[in-house]
Amino acid sequence: MQERDQHYDIIVPVRTYVFTFLALLLLTALTTAVAYIDLGPFNTVVALTIAVIKMMLVILFFMHVKYHQGLTRIAIICAFFWLGIMMTLTLSDELTRGPSWEMNPSPWSALLPHIPHIVRFLF
Amino acid sequence: MSDAAVTHEGHGHGHVAHQFETVEQQREAGQLGMWLFLMTEILFFGGMFTAYTVYRELHLPAFELASREILEAKYGATNTAVLICSSLTMALAIHSAHTGKKKWQTMMWLVFTMILGLTFLGIKLRFEWYEDYIHHFVPGLGFQYRPEWSSLGSQMGQVQMFMCFYFFMTGLHALHMIVGLGILTVLLIMTARNRFSPDYVAPLEISGLYWHFVDIVWIFLFPLLYLVGGRYPH
Repeated sequence: MQERDQHYDIIVPVRTYVFTFLALLLLTALTTAVAYIDLGPFNTVVALTIAVIKMMLVILFFMHVKYHQGLTRIAIICAFFWLGIMMTLTLSDELTRGPSWEMNPSPWSALLPHIPHIVRFLF
Repeated sequence: MSDAAVTHEGHGHGHVAHQFETVEQQREAGQLGMWLFLMTEILFFGGMFTAYTVYRELHLPAFELASREILEAKYGATNTAVLICSSLTMALAIHSAHTGKKKWQTMMWLVFTMILGLTFLGIKLRFEWYEDYIHHFVPGLGFQYRPEWSSLGSQMGQVQMFMCFYFFMTGLHALHMIVGLGILTVLLIMTARNRFSPDYVAPLEISGLYWHFVDIVWIFLFPLLYLVGGRYPH
């Protein structure tokens, strides 16, 4: 492949950077504005969704991952996969025990009785 | 927009270390190496984000109150904007070196990036950490509870826990910013000494990855610390 050799020598046009920059500023304003509206538990969901979109914009355009394939993407996916392992295993323990669990069970607790049924249904 | 990206043509084979066959292979290896370092950084900050998530789940009312009463969203939002501007100027510095612009242009963008980085740290020190200190909001340095927090009851102590997370997370982020400013100083000197050409911008690109990564960490710190539980009247 001709392009394969030149993947790492890409020049991204300035307007791509400027559009990314403007989108990031807009999303910062949006996430700040949404914090002043009462959405209940969805305030956190919206804030984190916007943060993930901003991260994707930075990674894809400022860090050029949109123009790279292969190893770079595998490295990034691995990093987030390991982060996912750390968070999931820690939280699956922490969210299901302790005094605070009995006093005010988190919304996840509603799922717990159904897990055996879900497992049986899947396998 | 990938079709709009132009592949750089006509590069020579200067600056290829002997273990590499082509300039491209050398660039690929350099960037992958930086990404591997950033993987360790993701997990390094990830440990703190995980700890934060656990404690936030355990003591949500205290975390929401501490964030609302002590932290000011306006400074967090301003600093987010400052860092996003600095990411743009960093990208433009690399772009101008890569497209063979005059060296003063690259140096100008690097200086802008450093000024924005220093602005971030200045806002943090003067309007946040210093104010926290004189208002007795720093755990271990004469922390004082406010009477209006008594609604939290036995959970009031967790306000200090939130502030511990706040200072450790923003402190480690600030430390990364200071390292970044050091790297930018080196890049500025290298540019002044004509070390870069359109064929050779690896140190600029790799430092750019680091700078953007530090920006991403702040993109998550801002909503998690400054906007916990919303800012609407409770």
